[in-house]
Amino acid sequence: MSIKLTEEMLSHLPDARGHFGAYGGRFVSETLMDSLMTLEREYLRLKKDPDFQAAFDKDLAHYVGRPSPLYFAERLTRETGGAQIWLKREDLNHTGAHKVNNTIGQALLAAFLGKKRIIAETGAGQHGVATATVCARLGLECHVFMGAEDVRRQSLNVYRMKLLGAQVHAVQSGTRTLKDAMNEAMRDWVANVDDTFYIIGTVAGPHPYPLLVRDFQSVIGRETRAQALEQAGKLPDALVACVGGGSNAIGMFYPFLTDESVQLYGVEAGGLGVETGQHAAPLAAGRPGVLHGNRTYLMEDENGQIAATHSVSAGLDYPGVGPEHSWLKDIGRANYVSVTDQEALDAFRKLTRVEGIMPALETAHAVAYTIKLAATMDPEQMVVINISGRGDKDIHTIAELDGIEV
Amino acid sequence: MSRITGVLETLKEQGRKALIPYITAGDPHPDQTVDLMHALASAGADIIELGVPFSDPMADGPVIQLACERALKHGTSLRQVIGMVKTFREQDQDTPVVLMGYLNPMEAMGYEVFADAAAEAGVDGILTVDLPPEEAEDVAPLFSRRNMDPIFLLAPTTTDDRIRAISEHSSGYVYYVSVKGVTGSAAIDVEEVGRKVANVHRITALPVGVGFGIRDADTAAAVGKVSDGVIVGSVLVDTIAHHQTDPAALRQALTDLLHPMREALDALA
Repeated sequence: MSIKLTEEMLSHLPDARGHFGAYGGRFVSETLMDSLMTLEREYLRLKKDPDFQAAFDKDLAHYVGRPSPLYFAERLTRETGGAQIWLKREDLNHTGAHKVNNTIGQALLAAFLGKKRIIAETGAGQHGVATATVCARLGLECHVFMGAEDVRRQSLNVYRMKLLGAQVHAVQSGTRTLKDAMNEAMRDWVANVDDTFYIIGTVAGPHPYPLLVRDFQSVIGRETRAQALEQAGKLPDALVACVGGGSNAIGMFYPFLTDESVQLYGVEAGGLGVETGQHAAPLAAGRPGVLHGNRTYLMEDENGQIAATHSVSAGLDYPGVGPEHSWLKDIGRANYVSVTDQEALDAFRKLTRVEGIMPALETAHAVAYTIKLAATMDPEQMVVINISGRGDKDIHTIAELDGIEV
Repeated sequence: MSRITGVLETLKEQGRKALIPYITAGDPHPDQTVDLMHALASAGADIIELGVPFSDPMADGPVIQLACERALKHGTSLRQVIGMVKTFREQDQDTPVVLMGYLNPMEAMGYEVFADAAAEAGVDGILTVDLPPEEAEDVAPLFSRRNMDPIFLLAPTTTDDRIRAISEHSSGYVYYVSVKGVTGSAAIDVEEVGRKVANVHRITALPVGVGFGIRDADTAAAVGKVSDGVIVGSVLVDTIAHHQTDPAALRQALTDLLHPMREALDALA
């Protein structure tokens, strides 16, 4: 089933209580409700404030280095045979990923709200680095919660955060990955709600986070749309982005939702294969439930306990997904697919070798699916991959798999 | 009238305060939970809050997180917890039982199925930590219709308007969270709690139970003085953690903790 979306329909999403259809909402303990309502009220006011928007745009241009290029990957296209493959180069942003678009926006919000202490959760460490970066720049106290398993997998980013002045808290509870980092950040927030701003890194969490993170990340899709029209003379036929929580994907998709001709593909982490249960693909293999403040597709057991996930990429190793993606799946506007760890690793090598662009392992999932997809399309068609981050942080993981010590 | 309201009204007539212990179902082992519930009732519990273990207890500190992990290691499910209440009811028809937990296990079971099973087993109230009244419009009536009380949290950050709205959605009692923080965290500021609870009393006629930070007879008495009841959780769960292998010693240790609290509360009457 697919319905034609209009700007008018989108203007009501999320609704006043943060719902995208059956998804989203605000499922948190009472202590946080007042802060969330204040944040919502202030954000909706600042969203219309030209000074706030000007400050945001200025930072994106001069601090992040936007617009990021839309690059035609000629050699990858030739080797794949099929549609033209273009890359939206979010990896060229300051700090090396799309995450900074959002942390700039939320740090500005924190400043407007007078909060001096910042907390964040992180999986791969990209959001943690992006948060530590803006905190360094604004002189804010920064605490990053990171699963102990991810601290091990992403030691380079942990050190980057420390150099930037952040305190990194290794979370030992649960599965010691991103979901547990988010639990711990929520616990910290409850205890320090008066002076603390929680910069959530993805389009999940309680309302208004899915809304404001989507708004801040939509710059990706807006630029892509304008660049495609200018450079290729048309809109892309397909957009591909990896989906963990889904912030880079929603940022890419959102400005294209009403363009019916543009196919949208969100690529989840298939891990060892969706059929093995060892994956992080809630949209492909989960069901709706409630976690981390919102109703969305989740990986859970029959008793509603959240399932352990597996992905070679720490940033996709999460049992939930942003509620707007759940809605886009149900209405049939976006397609959600998955690729395995191995396919992602192969794509990492492929893009590195044929284009000289080393993608993050998260991003490599989108590259892997695009290679399959483009081969089925015509040469005059155009597919854009959101290259959401660069792969330097993953060199240790790749080397470990190769049996090399670096 | 619900069993909870009956108990709280009787206490009020006697000028006494409610003692409401919390334990996590399935901790240290599912086979012990019913026995521990009877022990709590014998030691003077007026109402029992029975925690439903969840994999991601975001509002809980390390003590209750670990209790959830122990219970889940033995596969304690929401259905089993309801079964424990049913077994408890075979010998105790008087002590109200409130299920306290997170929303997702209920959502996974299905709200209607859950409400039927809980009511049939003799559950008296439902407290869902991550379900504010705004999201409970479909769920709470399922409980009320089956004579189970939907119990909601109030926090130090709750505005007067919200206290009013939350109270309108609640029955039985409201649960005032005494500290900004997770369970088992900071020391409680009794004076501040007294002011806040007095404010809640101005806004609603519902009894106010106060939880978080009550560890012994002194804090129980101090908080009992300004509220209608005290909820004691982490200190009991911590005791369970220390007596995992000896059920008889555990029973005794829980009794030894609750007795002085009961006496201190009754000394206020």
